[in-house]
Amino acid sequence: MSLAADTPVLPALAGARRLAARLGPLLALALLAVLGMLASPAFLSAENLMNVLTRSSIIGIIAIGATFVITARGLDLSVGAMAAFTAGLSILAMNGLAGILPALPAAILGLAAALAVGAGAGAVNGTLVVKGRVEAFIVTLGTMGIMRSLVTWLADGGSISLDFALRGVGRPLYYGTVLGIPVPVLVFALVAIAAEIAMSRFRFGRHVTAIGSNADVARYSAIPVDRIRMATYVLQGVCVGLATLIYVPRLGAVTPSTGMLWELEAIAAVIIGGTALSGGHGRVWGTVAGVLILGLVSNILNLTDFVSPHLNGAFQGAIIVIAVFLQRKRG
Amino acid sequence: MSADTTYHHGGPATGAPIVEMKNIKKHFGHVIALNGVSFDIRAGECHCLLGDNGAGKSTFIKTMSGVHKPSDGEMRVEGKVVRFESPRDAMNAGIATVYQDLAMIPLMSVVRNFWMGREPEKGIFPFRQLDMAAASQVTMEEMSKMGINLRGPDQAVGTLSGGERQTVAIARAVYFGAKVLILDEPTSALGVRQTSNVLATIDKVRKQGVGVVFISHNVRHALAVGDRFTVLNRGQTLGTARRGEVDAAELQDLMAGGRELAELEGSLGGTI
Repeated sequence: MSLAADTPVLPALAGARRLAARLGPLLALALLAVLGMLASPAFLSAENLMNVLTRSSIIGIIAIGATFVITARGLDLSVGAMAAFTAGLSILAMNGLAGILPALPAAILGLAAALAVGAGAGAVNGTLVVKGRVEAFIVTLGTMGIMRSLVTWLADGGSISLDFALRGVGRPLYYGTVLGIPVPVLVFALVAIAAEIAMSRFRFGRHVTAIGSNADVARYSAIPVDRIRMATYVLQGVCVGLATLIYVPRLGAVTPSTGMLWELEAIAAVIIGGTALSGGHGRVWGTVAGVLILGLVSNILNLTDFVSPHLNGAFQGAIIVIAVFLQRKRG
Repeated sequence: MSADTTYHHGGPATGAPIVEMKNIKKHFGHVIALNGVSFDIRAGECHCLLGDNGAGKSTFIKTMSGVHKPSDGEMRVEGKVVRFESPRDAMNAGIATVYQDLAMIPLMSVVRNFWMGREPEKGIFPFRQLDMAAASQVTMEEMSKMGINLRGPDQAVGTLSGGERQTVAIARAVYFGAKVLILDEPTSALGVRQTSNVLATIDKVRKQGVGVVFISHNVRHALAVGDRFTVLNRGQTLGTARRGEVDAAELQDLMAGGRELAELEGSLGGTI
């Protein structure tokens, strides 16, 4: 048998285009860095860049979870509300435990509770989507509303604050450094590396990608489709829980507006990183680049008077629409 | 029909059936898709399942491959009664199915498709990683056995022709130890040359002792390679014939309910 004639006419050209698509997020990142340098002398300082990285790591960890969900052709709109809900319960748990335990075990148990709540919330989303066969968009829109108002209710419209005695214990999780690297950045980097390996070198990543490409083909190829899709939502929940571990020590309080629009930021980061919204193609390191792009945009807006930083959300909204538009063209 | 014997290897397969389906019924609500279908397949034979559109072919093979659960009837694999809960169960029992449109993901490489769902791993938990070198090597070998020379293991399935894609899917099933291979209309979307290639592949696989269930509504393709022929019409089996016992016209009549088609053929001036 001979090879079919419908292979690309100019493989070199196709290869170059593919390379450009792969490097796109990095080019955008470099462009933004140049723009930042021109806009403000403060931009290039190590302090500023570390600050951008540290602030990005919370969204970054969530966005890495979202990369798997979206690659499997799912969607989770509830991550922002889930983060607030998880953080709220975690703080309540710590405050409650502080009465009966010393500060350190209370804090550790509270943080463990955050991971458990995150995983549980992810499992609820996953069950409704996979077993209940309800559109992911609707399920997570619903759980977003539920968790958001639960936070408001728990905070009684105000805020849920960590007891003063506990603040010092968790503080290093956000403000601490290891070998000069802030802890959040380190956690983000470790999560990103683990996720990249899982995506490209583990069965799990292959199965997630196959399901996103064509769930029926995956099912007929004996891939446990339901279990894997479920796992992506639980993984997303665990990522939110991890992000919460970093978030809680940072501010020590949760308000009804905590985590507002984080889902927009996380999904935008995933999409501009080159992961296909229609599933079947996921790039973890692209998501990392995407998070940094969004972080730099916000940072540049903050450093310059050119555009109000209050328009940050508008930039993110525009970026996500443009990114999906470009994907549509490419496909 | 002079082409009848092109791909044929000799006498009919004997021995006990690998898979036996008895009086299978399947209802979807009030719709009766299968109303008592019996079918069996032996090692090394090609058993053709013929039927017009809507006859129940697809429902039947989906029942056989674990996608649907039968409403009634008995299914045996190597003599033992089985009940499949999922396609995975059927696969573990040695029944592999190649669906026409659902066999492969075109954008993915041949290697990825070949190993999909059964990726080889190396190392110890939790560091078990994909063994990509082994995956590529095995795929290249299996493909060249089937007469497909890939440019490289990363070549996308989408760049292969329809016939080659079917062959990749068949090679994959056989490599993973299929005892029964169900082919859903493997030739219906193919040109003449590609069809010949697929029929030749079927013959190759049959000679290795695999039982092939060949679903088709094209009598000529079926006669070119089949040992036995079962015709399905409106959810029921109209009977099974051995090679040599029937000719194209008879099969065609059975599939379409006879008379009307004969009239049509008369007005068209030839066999359809």
